[in-house]
Amino acid sequence: MNSSAAVAPPSGVAPARPWVIDGYNEAVVRKFVLATLFWAIVGMSIGLFIATELAFPLLNFGEYGNFGRLRPCHTTAVVIGFTGNALFASSLYVVQRTCRIGLFGGPRFANFVFWGFQLFLVLAIQGYLLGATKSKEYAEAEWYADLWLAIVWIAYAVIFIGTLVRRKEPHIYVANWFFLSYVIVVGVLWITNNMTLPIDLLSSKSYPVYAGVQDAMIQWWFGHNMVGFLLTAGVIGMMYYFLPKQAERPIYSYRLSIVHFWALIFLYIWAGPHHLQYTALPDWTQTLGVAFSIMLWIPSWGGMVNGIMTVSGVWDKLRTDPILRFLVVSVAFYGMATFEGPLLAIPAVNGLAHYTDWIIGHVHSGALGWVAFMVFGSFYHLVPRLWRQQLYSLKMVEWHFWLGSVGILLYITSMWISGITAGLMWKAYDSYGLLRYSFVDSVAAMHPFYVVRALGGGFYLAGVVLALTNFGLTIARANTRVAVAVAAE
Amino acid sequence: MANPNPASPAKFTHANIEKSVPLLLMLTFLVISLGGIVEIVPLFTIQSTVQKVGNIRPYTPLELLGRDIYIREGCYLCHSQMIRSFRDETQRYGHYSIAAESMYDHPFQWGSKRIGPDLARVGGRYSNAWHMAHLTDPRAVVPQSVMPPYAFLKHDALETADIDERLKTLAIEGVPYDNRMEIAAQSDILAQAGLGGDAAALTKRYPGAKVASALVYPGKLTEMDALIAYLQVLGTMVDFNAAGDPVGTVKP
Repeated sequence: MNSSAAVAPPSGVAPARPWVIDGYNEAVVRKFVLATLFWAIVGMSIGLFIATELAFPLLNFGEYGNFGRLRPCHTTAVVIGFTGNALFASSLYVVQRTCRIGLFGGPRFANFVFWGFQLFLVLAIQGYLLGATKSKEYAEAEWYADLWLAIVWIAYAVIFIGTLVRRKEPHIYVANWFFLSYVIVVGVLWITNNMTLPIDLLSSKSYPVYAGVQDAMIQWWFGHNMVGFLLTAGVIGMMYYFLPKQAERPIYSYRLSIVHFWALIFLYIWAGPHHLQYTALPDWTQTLGVAFSIMLWIPSWGGMVNGIMTVSGVWDKLRTDPILRFLVVSVAFYGMATFEGPLLAIPAVNGLAHYTDWIIGHVHSGALGWVAFMVFGSFYHLVPRLWRQQLYSLKMVEWHFWLGSVGILLYITSMWISGITAGLMWKAYDSYGLLRYSFVDSVAAMHPFYVVRALGGGFYLAGVVLALTNFGLTIARANTRVAVAVAAE
Repeated sequence: MANPNPASPAKFTHANIEKSVPLLLMLTFLVISLGGIVEIVPLFTIQSTVQKVGNIRPYTPLELLGRDIYIREGCYLCHSQMIRSFRDETQRYGHYSIAAESMYDHPFQWGSKRIGPDLARVGGRYSNAWHMAHLTDPRAVVPQSVMPPYAFLKHDALETADIDERLKTLAIEGVPYDNRMEIAAQSDILAQAGLGGDAAALTKRYPGAKVASALVYPGKLTEMDALIAYLQVLGTMVDFNAAGDPVGTVKP
């Protein structure tokens, strides 16, 4: 078998041992795909559980089952575990195809990155359960895990950039610009925000070197750009490969991709302070953050337009191809979330919405709608190609799409209502000029919305379980076919 | 005007960037660095970022251990410690938060979500007994609460063995803990818990430190006692009722 077999379409004659391929390293991509699905189930199940805890607080049991310790497990498992593994899988797949060369550094180095990354996730999450946390959101992991991820991330950057350097194509494909920016920025963010001093080399406890205002600014510079680069630029990289592939159409506008790439990565970095409006952060920093957040709307929509218009000419496929529908609806959610983001950054809106569920809803419309739909759409394209086996069932993809969509709608509408309700209740005065509600009145008012939110999460998770089943059956068929072929040899 | 020869080196186009990994890498790095540098670096150099206010002191060893439990349990996920400058917030919680109040907070605990109320000025608002009952079973005190119960904090004796290491590390990071404070840390913990030690020396080192009126279990120091000591100091270091605006008393 030679490397040309690696790019053969899945409809071609299936090779007997599909994982033995010269040239491209698809074995590590397959591992990352499986790890993505694993962390999806872990992260989203914990998410559903803690959402149910907020609706029914009796579910908080003991030290290890309470909301405070489980919430970082949820965010780490979905943001870093699920999305991270999905981005590893897709970036390493795409960079090989678009550079027409295998991964730099060889299979052992790639396997180190794979197992190193999973080790980080296990270290981080078991730490939260046992109480080892820095309390910096999305960077809660303690110093030893932070250090380990920094090493793994640098190794990943070496593989990715090394592969780009050795490419056999003259141009670097647009998806790789976005992947490259995400690899660089996540590394810079991770190292800067996790500067921390352990109290003892044998202790899990550390104190971050920054304090107060500076710590807040660095944390939200980090937090916002994890969204901007891990959950956005990286996922746009996926969009630029998998959407045109599935639609079988070229990218709508090459020029637009250039303009929105540079504008997006330049503007995103400034937007962090919008998380700290009306706080003790100096006004000048807040104002800069707000101004750039509003400007960010334009390059974000540049990406959305470029994605959606790629389908131009084959709109009818949206009716017949549920995989393409996943990808396109994902981009539509991206458009919605990136309109809502600048809106929430406007001071008058932020004054009402900050500290409320509206923010949680906003994050989830991006995470469930944009990120996860893009990942699942891409994986429905990718898994048949990686295992050289047709997808088990398109009908199940169809069901996944509708379960997921209903889940997102229940989630974000309930969070809009509860967020705006809480914001208004906190600010309400009665005719005597006194605060109308005590805080706990607003807590009680949230109950029905927390129930609906958990229900939405349940729908969404059911869709993910269906996807897992579909992928599992596809891979099982591939393995059966291989076993038969090997037996016949 | 169309370039007749796009490959001509005379004209720089985006294709030049797309064909060079070093160029793409460097430009990307440059573009993503600017925002962070402009917004973050001045916060360390401009003095008015944190206006000094009298009476802000480092946490006592007991308060610090309590704070570390607050962090460990993820309290910051539901409770902010940042009162914004709105009329309703200052009426509900007290004077809006100022930067100096968190200047020794490694890491900051401003939070991002209020599933429960802000705690920036909760110190002194409720008695220790109220906190004990509320932490043990929140819904016994506030029926509509969705807070998890923290009864398990009562069963674990407070681990104090590494307190000197904690103070030392924070001292390296710029919190004014001195050598004497590190040496006296264990006795300061006992003194603040009312279990002996020299209470006068404690308040001399940490002005305004409150000695616990009662512990969860008499004679036994638990994690809950430390957490309560921390909650009781929150927002109490600056006296906003004193004559004049404490924020305005700073000499430029």
